Amino acid sequence: MGKLSRVALLYIGAVVVSAVVLVARGPFTGLRWQYVVFLGILVIVSESRATQLRKGQLTWSPSSAAMLASVVLAGPVGAAIVGACTALGLLRGPSILQRVFNTAMYALSAYLAGRAFLALGGQVGLPDEQSFPGIIAPFAGAALVLVVANHGLLSGVLWLTRPPDGTPSGVGVGLSGRLLLSDLGYAAYGLLIAALWSVVGFFAPLLVLIPLFVARWAVAQFAEQQKAYEATVGALCQAVETKDFYTRGHSDRVSRGSVMIAREIGMRGERVEAIRYAGMLHDVGKLGVPTKVLQKTGKLTEEEYAAIQLHPMRGLDIVREIGFLDEALAGIMHHHERIDGRGYPMGLAGDEIPEFARVLAVADAFDSMTSTRSYRGARPVAEAIEELRKWSGTQFDPAFVDAFVAALKREGWLRREAPVIAAEDLATVTAQDHDDPGAPLRVIDSL
Amino acid sequence: MSDLAGRTPAHSSREMRRYPWQVRDSGQLLLVVAAGVWLVAAVAQTAAEGLQDPRIAIAFGALIAFGEVLRLNLPGDRETAPIGFAGALAYALLINVGTKFVQHSAEQVVTVAAIGMIIGALPHLAVGRPARVSGMAVRLLCVACVAYIFRPLASNSAVERHWGLAVTLMTALTVLALLLEAVLTALLRVDEQRARFRVALVDEMRVQLPLGAAVGASALLIAFAAEVMGLAALAVFTAPLLVTQVAFRRYAGIRATYLQTVRALAKVTEIGGYVEAGHSERVSRLAVAIGRELGIHEPQLLELEYAALMHDIGQLSLHDPIPGGATVLVSRQDQQRIAELGADVIQQAQVLGSVAEIVRRQNEPYRDTDHAAHGRAGLAEPSRPPLSSRIIKAANAFDDLVGSSLDPGRAAAAVQRLRLDTASEYDPATVEALSRVVNRRSVLL
Repeated sequence: MGKLSRVALLYIGAVVVSAVVLVARGPFTGLRWQYVVFLGILVIVSESRATQLRKGQLTWSPSSAAMLASVVLAGPVGAAIVGACTALGLLRGPSILQRVFNTAMYALSAYLAGRAFLALGGQVGLPDEQSFPGIIAPFAGAALVLVVANHGLLSGVLWLTRPPDGTPSGVGVGLSGRLLLSDLGYAAYGLLIAALWSVVGFFAPLLVLIPLFVARWAVAQFAEQQKAYEATVGALCQAVETKDFYTRGHSDRVSRGSVMIAREIGMRGERVEAIRYAGMLHDVGKLGVPTKVLQKTGKLTEEEYAAIQLHPMRGLDIVREIGFLDEALAGIMHHHERIDGRGYPMGLAGDEIPEFARVLAVADAFDSMTSTRSYRGARPVAEAIEELRKWSGTQFDPAFVDAFVAALKREGWLRREAPVIAAEDLATVTAQDHDDPGAPLRVIDSL
Repeated sequence: MSDLAGRTPAHSSREMRRYPWQVRDSGQLLLVVAAGVWLVAAVAQTAAEGLQDPRIAIAFGALIAFGEVLRLNLPGDRETAPIGFAGALAYALLINVGTKFVQHSAEQVVTVAAIGMIIGALPHLAVGRPARVSGMAVRLLCVACVAYIFRPLASNSAVERHWGLAVTLMTALTVLALLLEAVLTALLRVDEQRARFRVALVDEMRVQLPLGAAVGASALLIAFAAEVMGLAALAVFTAPLLVTQVAFRRYAGIRATYLQTVRALAKVTEIGGYVEAGHSERVSRLAVAIGRELGIHEPQLLELEYAALMHDIGQLSLHDPIPGGATVLVSRQDQQRIAELGADVIQQAQVLGSVAEIVRRQNEPYRDTDHAAHGRAGLAEPSRPPLSSRIIKAANAFDDLVGSSLDPGRAAAAVQRLRLDTASEYDPATVEALSRVVNRRSVLL
């Protein structure tokens, strides 16, 4: 949150004031402090280890289970106090204002949940065998109110503080339906904590939360490994590219372009991930092409051209053993096919060409044209788009060209600086670019 | 797919694939026989006495079978069945279901757990996956221990009346079961991979600790909650464990993909004609075997494997491939340059800092004779290269000399040549470990 609008400040103020008023009204008589204190500590612990959903903005933790347990065991005011304990979470990062808002939001949500529980006929106190199954309906109502109030209040503040550049606000990203469902799922454990309390006392919340904490630990490990994985693939791709000065960063940009197209045509999340890797790895096979062929300035012989045409297959040989989607492999193998069937390595045409390959082909050619080559400077984006349109239907799939152009209009294209060539690098530049549709490879006419 | 994704470091699946009846190692055989004998005795006793509370027995048996179907692969080629294990432990620790006091015997626990496990293993066999009898035997033995200690105590009124005592006792027994599982699994791995017991045990506990905590907590939850909500507790408290298992599966999956990717991309040097085909893979396998022989722990072993796979990646930056790719034949300066370039590449990933360091120092001699002379003159001796670098240096030199040849004579000659250089170039302990690994391999051939 940078500088806030007046409306946003008013909104935050309203949430804070209503939370304070409701809690201050009490009643505090008959409040079972032992539950409040213990569950409050639990909330502090789980908030201190909350998972970051989006950098610096959203965090998530299973504290909703502890709050709902307090709804059953200690009533609305107790629940609000337990909710307010989030303020003491040791999470670094949030600003004072964020902290104040979060505290008020949780207190208010928990209070409303407690009211809902009472309104639906729930009895505050330790549940016993007679409480079941009558307690389930009020509890479910309380859980729903808690989760909906939490998400509603949070969406409000995210919407009011959305970045001004009009990017489709993060509200949808952070507060997806999946998160809401999983929150409801965790909320159900609140009832279990309350029910088990009669059997094992304060041991109950600890036992219930251990598997959830372990699950979150595994999720965090997964995220960390995935980041490491991405960085490693990126570094290795770069290593492959160092062989050729002009194509540095090419894989990365083709990857980004392919993702833009994939998102534009509404591909599912995991396929977008796969095409990202396919973009990064699409040219690894170029390493099998002798350097002297890549750097040749004159026309290529038939054999040399054949060597270049082999690179998608070489690439496939390298990445075949990686257990990711077959689609990505097909994309790497066929990214030089053309819609009219005159591409390589197999001469597939139209819909025979895998979708990933058709996407990669567009991004690949576009990056080649907008990058500097030894035989020409970088061409402007507008000119490259024109060129894509020109070959649309013969070399490229028109649908993906349109999608790419639309995405480019909205998001723009990160241009890179024209490379400054150091003297030692002069030897390692590509004289011809096999990806450049504007300057096709020149092959000596067969005899 | 999940089977593929779960197989991880250090050894390829072809080494590990074996059929259930091919129990090769003596330790495994002993374990399986022990569990089998115990099981037969337990089944006989249960059959003679008749099944107590069949409805509860069937519910738990079904849960155990379900858990066994949903086995989980953890990094390091470990297969576990968290839900099945938790279900079996809960059955051993059960006191009340609803208001009903349960009185099944320890023998019945063993019988129900074993039948559940066997039924759950059938689908694995049906799709051609190994049954992993030894893993099942380990789990059964742990459950049996808990059952034989706790079942006689469960009918003790003191345990039933004081929840504090019951909680303490049950928690202690759960921890005991998890420890026992780690010890038995470590023993099996010592037998199978020739690791050292202490190293294997620490590795095992490190990998199993988080999931073990979740399994233990779930087992206790099911046992306690059955008192309040009856058999519904089984379904309710299996759910969080299921969530945990899904999270672990994704984690193990990305670990496996990571390794596959580094293995695959390490091959680019071969396709580019910089090194001989299969070189990186062979060096990494040999390096890991040496590392295990020297008692390196699993996380460092994984780093060693990455470094060994990528040790020649620096050659990509060379303009012309070295003829034949044998780095042992080029000058010291060139070798050092390749190592530096490779380390720079890895450094860019920012997550493999120690791997970059290992690659950077892979050519440094074990004992720098020039510096040793300086050392006598009062200058500080430079630090020795890390153990992993020394291992890669030896494994790389060995592979450059032997290549893909399987001739034991040639291998012995190569080891001999490295041994002659242990005064300064190669680490003597590493070369001896290499020699043991190579000897073992030629015996197997």
